[in-house]
Amino acid sequence: MSRKFLVGIYNDDEKAVSAVRELKKNHMDVYDVISPFAVHGMDDALGLAESRLHITGFIYGATGTAIAYSLMTWVFTSDWPLNFGGKPHYSFPAFIPIMFEFTVLCASIGMTVTFLLRSGLFPGRIRETLDDRFTDDKFGVVFHLHKNLSQQEIDKIKQMLQSTGAEEIKEKELAKHY
Amino acid sequence: MAINRSAEAMTIFAVICAGLFPVFHMGRVWLIFFNLPYPNTRGPVWPNFNSPLMWDVFAISTYFTVSLLFWYTGLIPDLASVRDRAKKKFTKFCYQIASFGWIGSAKHWQRHEALSLVLAGISTPLVLSVHTIVSFDFATSVVPGWHTTIFPPYFVAGAIFSGFAMVLSLMLIARKVLNLQQYITLEHIESMNKIIVVTGSIVGCAYLTELFTAWYSGSIYEGYAFANRALGPYWWSYWGMMTCNVISPQLFWVRPLRRNVWFTFFMSVVINIGMWFERFVIIVTSIHRDYLPSAWSYYSPTYVEISIFLGTIGLFLTAFLLFSKVAPVIAMAETKHILKISGDAQKAAAAAHHSHEPAAASFQVHQS
Repeated sequence: MSRKFLVGIYNDDEKAVSAVRELKKNHMDVYDVISPFAVHGMDDALGLAESRLHITGFIYGATGTAIAYSLMTWVFTSDWPLNFGGKPHYSFPAFIPIMFEFTVLCASIGMTVTFLLRSGLFPGRIRETLDDRFTDDKFGVVFHLHKNLSQQEIDKIKQMLQSTGAEEIKEKELAKHY
Repeated sequence: MAINRSAEAMTIFAVICAGLFPVFHMGRVWLIFFNLPYPNTRGPVWPNFNSPLMWDVFAISTYFTVSLLFWYTGLIPDLASVRDRAKKKFTKFCYQIASFGWIGSAKHWQRHEALSLVLAGISTPLVLSVHTIVSFDFATSVVPGWHTTIFPPYFVAGAIFSGFAMVLSLMLIARKVLNLQQYITLEHIESMNKIIVVTGSIVGCAYLTELFTAWYSGSIYEGYAFANRALGPYWWSYWGMMTCNVISPQLFWVRPLRRNVWFTFFMSVVINIGMWFERFVIIVTSIHRDYLPSAWSYYSPTYVEISIFLGTIGLFLTAFLLFSKVAPVIAMAETKHILKISGDAQKAAAAAHHSHEPAAASFQVHQS
């Protein structure tokens, strides 16, 4: 299903942040903000909940630690208890380096895969862009023009975008939800 | 920010090259998977998890994987930027695949930041761990000259030292060829040279501590190994190492030299040679005369060894050239943070306030 978007294009990130604050104050439903870099303060202005990615990172890491510890313990104490130079079968200090490495490995792979999946990114994914300049030096404040919006409301959004310093306002229809 | 992306790329290519040597050393390259602890039909026989060599398998593969993930996730927004500028259809298609469909949505950026922060945070201890574990390969052996507790910090300092020199060697060329003088500034180069002085001095301290400990321990084997290093048949490699790694970086105490691009380039090459001598000294001088005098000999590399070594240099340079051809060598999205319009206004205000502010700001940029 095609969707129509209204985009206000700003030439500076601080202008975009204050515009979003202003729009939100007037109870306008900002759909998204597209920017060439991570804009400081934008999450707050948009009211985005904090990402839980680091929590997943902790869970993946802890899983890695547990797997590494239990595998080494099981292998050396019960599955194949070999005698290495008379050292104890359960030699915890010698397990620490591999436990650390495996923790880091699991946390980083897990977090990256979660990040890619949650953001719908994968090799070959093709998304239609609203404007090619958003990966260069422009910042887009995006509104979703759904059917229920009256022309009056749309005009009000346009007017608000203009008054908050948008350089350019354009409408674009994307074939798919982005 | 000026050098991080290309330094990460060099890390990855260098790890690939470095990883080849233990693989060749194991003799039967096609049985390399025996290193991995997977349930097998040979018992199952497991690798020895108590061995530093096994730790190294984990350390190097983890280091490689995490560096690759960190590098590539950082590269995704920049590849998307290249995609949107591409003029040819085929080029655009390639970058579309490589940029994973990145558009720069606010939520994506938020997650991207969270991921970058954690990956950067966990790869920092990883740098320490990988060099520490490599040094354990030597330190836990009983070979004189290797069996020392100073090895872990010594190897970490040496890695930072030679890493910075390598980055300088290549980035000074890239800076000239790709016209990056505005991004890799003299302040960056000077800051890197300061790090080279510090780490070079730490390495020098470690060399002297080794000598002192060899004498002070009273161990005749340890004492002989070090006397043999400095005065034996391989004296040239020891003094080459001392000159290149300890004495010559001290010239960077002089500010005009730190800020001279040609001198910096020359020194970075000297340091790379010095660090190669260091590895040669550690490995060759310790084992050419071990506990068994009948096994003493003079080692000189065969054409196969020389070819493998030259091959890895070729592999590294090819990979780096390909990278600088197809991907942005500067972290663009991160740089845009500070080169934006309001950033210019702030810089002008800061310059009006403090005349030395721009230099301090660019140093912080490099640090982050």
